[in-house]
This record gives sequence, structure tokens and C-alpha cells, in this order.
Amino acid sequence: MHAPHDETYLNARVGIRSWLLTTDHKRIALLYFAGITFFFFIGGIAATLIRLELITPGPTLGSPDFYNRLFTMHGIVMVWFFLIPSIPTTMGNFILPMMIGARDLAFPRLNLLSWYFYIAGGLITIAALLLGGIDTGWTFYEPYSTFYATGYLILAVFGIFVSGFSSILTGLNFIVTVHKLRAPGMTWYRLPVFVWSTYATSLILILATPVLAMTLLMLLAERVLHVGLFSPQLGGDPILFQHMFWFYSHPAVYIMILPSMGVISEIVPVFARKPLFGYKFVVWCSIAIAAIGFLVWGHHMFVAGQSLYASLAFSFLSYLVAVPSAIKVFNWTATLHEGWIRFDAPMLYAFGFIGLFTIGGLTGLFLAALPIDVHVTDTYFIVAHFHYIMVGGAVMGFFAGLHYWWPKITGRLYPDYWARFAAILAFFGFNLTFFPQFILGYLGMPRRYQSYPPEFQIWHVLSSAGASILAFGYALPLFYFAWSILRGSRASANPWGATGLEWSTRSPPPPENFAATPTVVRAPYQYDQGKPCMQAGDV
Amino acid sequence: MHGFPWWPATASAYAGTIDFLFGSLLVVAALTSGLVFFLLLFFANKYRHGSNADRSGAIRKTWRFEVAWTAATLLVFVGMAVWGSTIYLRLYNPPADALQIFIVGKQWMWKAQHPGGQREINELHVPVGQDVRLVMASQDVIHSFFVPALRIKQDVVPGRYETMWFRADKVGRYHLFCAEYCGTDHAHMGGWLTVMNPRDFANWLEDQGGQTTLAAQGEELFRRYGCSGCHESGGTVRAPHLEGVFGSPVPLSDGSVVIADERYVRDSILNPKGQVAAGYAPVMPTFAGQVSEDDLAKLVAYIESIGPERSGS
Ligand code: HEC
Ligand SMILES: [Cu+2]
Ligand SMILES: [Cu+2]
Repeated sequence: MHAPHDETYLNARVGIRSWLLTTDHKRIALLYFAGITFFFFIGGIAATLIRLELITPGPTLGSPDFYNRLFTMHGIVMVWFFLIPSIPTTMGNFILPMMIGARDLAFPRLNLLSWYFYIAGGLITIAALLLGGIDTGWTFYEPYSTFYATGYLILAVFGIFVSGFSSILTGLNFIVTVHKLRAPGMTWYRLPVFVWSTYATSLILILATPVLAMTLLMLLAERVLHVGLFSPQLGGDPILFQHMFWFYSHPAVYIMILPSMGVISEIVPVFARKPLFGYKFVVWCSIAIAAIGFLVWGHHMFVAGQSLYASLAFSFLSYLVAVPSAIKVFNWTATLHEGWIRFDAPMLYAFGFIGLFTIGGLTGLFLAALPIDVHVTDTYFIVAHFHYIMVGGAVMGFFAGLHYWWPKITGRLYPDYWARFAAILAFFGFNLTFFPQFILGYLGMPRRYQSYPPEFQIWHVLSSAGASILAFGYALPLFYFAWSILRGSRASANPWGATGLEWSTRSPPPPENFAATPTVVRAPYQYDQGKPCMQAGDV
Repeated sequence: MHGFPWWPATASAYAGTIDFLFGSLLVVAALTSGLVFFLLLFFANKYRHGSNADRSGAIRKTWRFEVAWTAATLLVFVGMAVWGSTIYLRLYNPPADALQIFIVGKQWMWKAQHPGGQREINELHVPVGQDVRLVMASQDVIHSFFVPALRIKQDVVPGRYETMWFRADKVGRYHLFCAEYCGTDHAHMGGWLTVMNPRDFANWLEDQGGQTTLAAQGEELFRRYGCSGCHESGGTVRAPHLEGVFGSPVPLSDGSVVIADERYVRDSILNPKGQVAAGYAPVMPTFAGQVSEDDLAKLVAYIESIGPERSGS
């Protein structure tokens, strides 16, 4: 028997049932970690094969149909089964209740159900991809999907539909939790920014995901029952599909990036030992991004044949939505001013995030300029841009958060030297992979091409070389994290000198998180001459 | 391998305009990211843990900074939006007397039909210095007509005409791509845009063999499909004469007025009940599924040819 003060959420109960039927938010977070890692691996294999294929201008590994299935699989798995759920379901699940001083999410059983939706949807989709794959691209454009697509499209789309319930229920759970379960003294303006940005993300999850669900159902209705909705052959409108699809999929970009911004807003003050510069601005920027993010979907359709006036309005609004993101970058930078800055692995990942996100964001300004978008949309410029946001931004943020909360989650430290090495490797590998793609794009190399004119080859070769470095940078953590679990030294409650409530309880936390509900006495990220002032009052 | 190509070929003055805008944005982006990265590294070094830099001046009143950089960002962004938009508007104002070429996209080729009846596949020959207007249709899925050297592309959505125009200023051969994923051989749906001297172009047209013009082929089809039975004098049904219709305003039965452009003529043939000319019974049968995109182009060319003389020519 463990003495009570040794009891953690990890050893409180044992056996496979205690995991698969758990309602502890921390255990569910670990279940999600398992799923996310699995899907990241699958999507990553597809990415590796894509980069291998593109080393030569002609077909290298297989037929054009093989290549088309490859990038479809990469897109679908990475978007819906890695990026969208990544941070909210893992770190959000684990940390958010602790950050606000709660014992669990508002609806623990719903939380478990969400995981089952996610895993079921994921397995259905993976089955479709393995049974022979689908060749639509992750965007399912019409009328291609209804009349021309081959393979197990119906199954894959159904899988995505199912996993959507996971998104909706998770968002709902977070919103209710933040409203209802804050500890005494935890006012809205004392919430850590990670909570605010997860809250903003949750708003998008519950407002946008139903639109995706409807769109997918309509797609299925047309493909299976030939109900005329999107295909001109049946009297439908292909542009309607794009409107509906991007009404979800643009906000989805913010589902991916807002949580990462939240992570960075945690890490930068902690490692600069200074309050976050412009806390309220950063907070309201998250809400502004979530709101304006719903009004810019038409920037994906500047050459699709939407009306001139729609394009003008969407261009303007796209510039508008970039303002709050820019403000955040300025605030993170200003936070460093007069700090006591440390460069542990989480901070290096955070620096990487800021650098890559800045480049991704700035190239977004090119795309919002209408005539430039006309030239570079559907080329590698777009591919580079959104990978800078979604891999350089969202994935870097994921790794930053993972390294930051790892001691809390596992109760173990990892070798910081290797972690810093991995962060730097990923940063350089990333740039070598995706920067050449900006040049390729402006040169006119279209995306989703297995074969391309030979003069583009050099940039593809560089990109593939970078990808191998990047893959290494992403694989390294697997090893030192495994080592950490087996051999790593024990982590104290607050190894980073942070101020949040999650750091005022043991690592790993006890099942009920806090021995007694903490009382919050001050705003987050308060430091006195570089010394943390904990948010919780003495119990 | 071919060295390091840095900049795409430039085949038109418009491409130069885009390059200038792009270059300007590059400068703004370089300055902004340069400033951010410099400050990040500068602070990171100066205020690293353990350095004894002076830390007495920590900023307390942050809102001045917030207002300043929000306003500055907004201003720069609005400037970019306006600049981009003014250039973009040009794409929507084709010159009146452009050479008109019909393009049909299908899995996996681009077919072009010149006014003189010349046809080509995955190639497009145009004269240098002349405005060219493409009227494009797709026979199956969405394709996108993309010529990087002109810095323009346009999705071609099945079920409707899309148009785009350009004026190539430099003789040469330039890549023509399909930019919208369209299935198995998407990557092979393309070829070349060949920009020629007017003389060479005239020779090239001639070399394609003695063709009947597109409009004349359309007139032939107009009879074959039975259009003339209704639309010409002595028909059994009361139907509008199509002389002079093209390019002029048409009052519709629902009270609205539309300009009869390619899209309208096309819709009139495929979906006659959609827009019924005022004063006529909606008796015209639909030809959807009976007339191919190639034939549609001919019919449209014919109806266009009997429209009023186009201004400027
Ligand atoms: C059965 C008789 C009939 C036939 C056959 C017919 N049309 Fe018509 N068409 C009409 C009538 C009546 C109208 C006016 C009502 C309307 O707009 O539908 C019309 C309208 C049009 C218009 C719009 C004219 C305007 O003033 O707005 C066009 C263009 C047209 N037809 C082209 C064609 C072509 C091309 C064909 C052959 C492929 C064709 N029609 C065959 C009866 C016919
Ligand atoms: Cu978008
Ligand atoms: Cu294509």
C-alpha cells in the first residue's frame, strides 16, 4: 500500500479497466496523448513518403494515384486527428482544471465519451485509408467528391463526422468548466492566458464543428443518394461546398493555433521571470481572433469565382484578423524586456514558435493581398505558409507545452541537454523544409503535383533534406521522454519556478489535484525580482 | 538540375506590377521580422538570467505601447489591403476589343478554340502585345488555369463560364498548369503558353489549316440543334430574335435586367427556365446534357457574332 501522500493519479488505481473507464481528466489526457502520438506518427510517415517522392521530378515511389492517396491521408490525419485535438485534449484536459483550481472538468463522463468518439472516428478513417485510401485531398472539393473520387470516401468522411462530436463535447466541457469551477478568488482577469485561449478555442469548436458536420452529411447525401447539392450535374453549386467547408476550416486554423499561443503565453513569462506584458490585450486578442476568424473564410476562394465584392471584403477582413496575432508577438517580445531569462527547452521551443509563427503570419499578409493570392494560391507558397502556421506554430507550441508540463504530468525530469538539442534541430530542419517552398510557390510550382518541371528540382531536394532533419528533431523526444519515464530523476512540485496553481500541487498530482481547494490571491505571472509569487494563497 | 531559379519568368507588364507589390511586401516583412527577431535576441542576451543588466526601468504602463503598435499595424495593413485591391480590380475590367479564345478544361487536358476555328490541346498560342480574353468552361470537375509568367490563375468551375484576360508583352514559351487538384493526372494537365510575334502568329493560324470560323460552325449547329426553328422568322413558336442580343441589356420576366454576356447565353441554352426573357412564354427546352462544352462555345460564338458590333473594333 502507498502511504496517502504518495498516492498520485497514476498509481491510485491499476489495471486496464481503470484507464479505459476512467473519468479523471488527467488520465483521459494521457489516453488522448496515446491517440495523438499514434496519429502524428501515421501522418508523419505519409509526409516522409511525400518528401521522398518529390526528390525527383518524375514518379519515384509509385503511381500518381498512390501519390494522391498519400497527400490526402497526410492532410486528413494531421488536420483532424492530430492538429485539431492536439493541445486542447491533452494539455487542456490535464492542465486547465488544475489551472483554475478545480478537481476535474465539469462533465467527467462526457470527457471520456469524447475520447471514444475521437478514437472511433480516427480508427474508421484510418481503416478507409488503409483499405485503399481516398484521392480527394483533405478538402473534398465538389463535384470531384461526388462523382469522380474513388476509394473509401464514404467511410473516411463518416470517421471525420464521428470525431467531430469529440470536438463539440470537449469545447462544451471546457466552457462550462471555466464558467463554473473556478476556485475562490480566481476572477476572469486572474485566469492564466492558456485558460483564456482554450476558452476561445472552445467557442470555435462548438460553433464551427457543427457546420463541418452538416457539410460532410450533405456530401454523403449527394454521393450516396444523389441529392443535388453541390454538383452542377445534379443542379447543385460547387462554390456552395467551398463556402461551407471554409466556414469551418478557416476557424479550424485558429483551433490549431490559439492553444499554442496560450502555451507560449504561459512559458514566456515563466522563463523571463516577469509578468506577461499587456495581459489584458493578449487575452482580448484571443477572443478577437476567435470572433473575426469566422469572417474571413472567403480568402480561400479568391480565384474560385466568388463575387468581386466578396473578395474585396474578405481581403480586408483577413488583414483585420492578423492584427491581434501581431499584437501578441509584440507582447511576447516586450515581456522579455528587463527579465531574468532562462533558456530551458520549453523556452527554446517558445522562441522557435515566435520565430516561425512570425514568418507564417507575415506571409499570410501576402496572401491576403488579392492579386498576390491570385498568383500564389494553390502553389507551394500556400503550402509553406500554412505549414509555418500549423507545424512551425501549432506543433512547436505543442512541443513547448509538452516539455513545460512534462514534469508535472509524469513527475519526472528529462535530460534538458537533449531536449534543447531537439528544439534547435526541429527549428533548423523546419526552415530548411519549408522555406524553399515559398520560393517554389512564387516560381509557380502548383501543389498536389507528383511530377513537376525539372527546373524546380533543386528546391524540392533541399526541402526533402530539411524534412529528414525535421523528422529527426521530432523523433528525438520519443527517446529521451521514454528515458525520463524509466530513469529520469523525480520532479519537484514547481521545477520551473512558475506561479500557476498547477505548480502548487505535487508532481505528479494526486487524483483529486489539490489536497484542499486553493484560494487565489493574485494575478498570474507575478514575480518579485525574478522570484515567483504563487497565485494560490497559503492553504 | 537547373541551378537555383529565384524568380519566375515575366511575360506581361501586369506580372511586373505584381512583382513590385510582392517585392514591397517582402521589404515590409523583412523589416518587421528583422525588428522582432533583433529585439528577441537582444533582450534574450541582455536580460539573460545571471546578467547584471539594469532592470530598474520595467515598463508598468503597457497600454501606450499597445495602442501605438495596434494603430501602426492597422495602418500598414489597411494600406496593403487597398493597394492589393486596386491592382486586383484590373482583372475584372477586360478591354472591349480583346481577342477571345474559348477554353475547355477536362480531366486531364486544356482544349482551346480560336475564333478562326483553330483548335489546340495543352497549348495556347497568342500574339504578343494583344489583349486576350479567355472564356473558360469545365466538362467535369474544377480545374484552374494558371500561367505563372503572367501571375494569373482562375478556377474553372463546371456549370458556368469563367473569364480572365491578359496581355503578354514578351515573346516566349511559358508554363501552363492546372492549379486545382482534379484527380489522377492533375500534374500532367498542362503544357505551354506560346507568345508570338503578330506575323508568326498569323502564320501559325494559317498553318492550322483552312478552318471555318467558330461563329460559322456555331451557325451550322444553330440549325442542327433546331434553334433556328424557333429563333428565326417564320418559326412555329414566338421566340426572341437573337440578332443584337449579345452585349445588350435583356429585360427578364421577373422584372430584372441582365446584360447578355457569355454566361447568360450559356445559361439560356442549358437552363432556359432560370432566366426567361420578358414577354415570352418559357417554352424553350433545355439542352443540358445534349450540347457538349465544345459545341456550346461555338453556339455562343455565333450568337456573339450576330450581336451588335463590339465597341472599339
Ligand atoms: C421551342 C423553341 C425554342 C428552341 C428550339 C430554342 N429556343 Fe431559345 N428561346 C425560346 C424562347 C421562347 C425564348 C424566350 C424565353 C426564354 O428566355 O426562355 C428563348 C430564349 C433564348 C435565349 C435568350 C434570348 C434573350 O433575348 O434573352 C437564347 C440565347 C436562346 N434562346 C438560344 C437558343 C439556342 C442556342 C437554341 C438551340 C440550341 C435555342 N435557343 C433553342 C425558344 C426556343
Ligand atoms: Cu483561412
Ligand atoms: Cu488539375
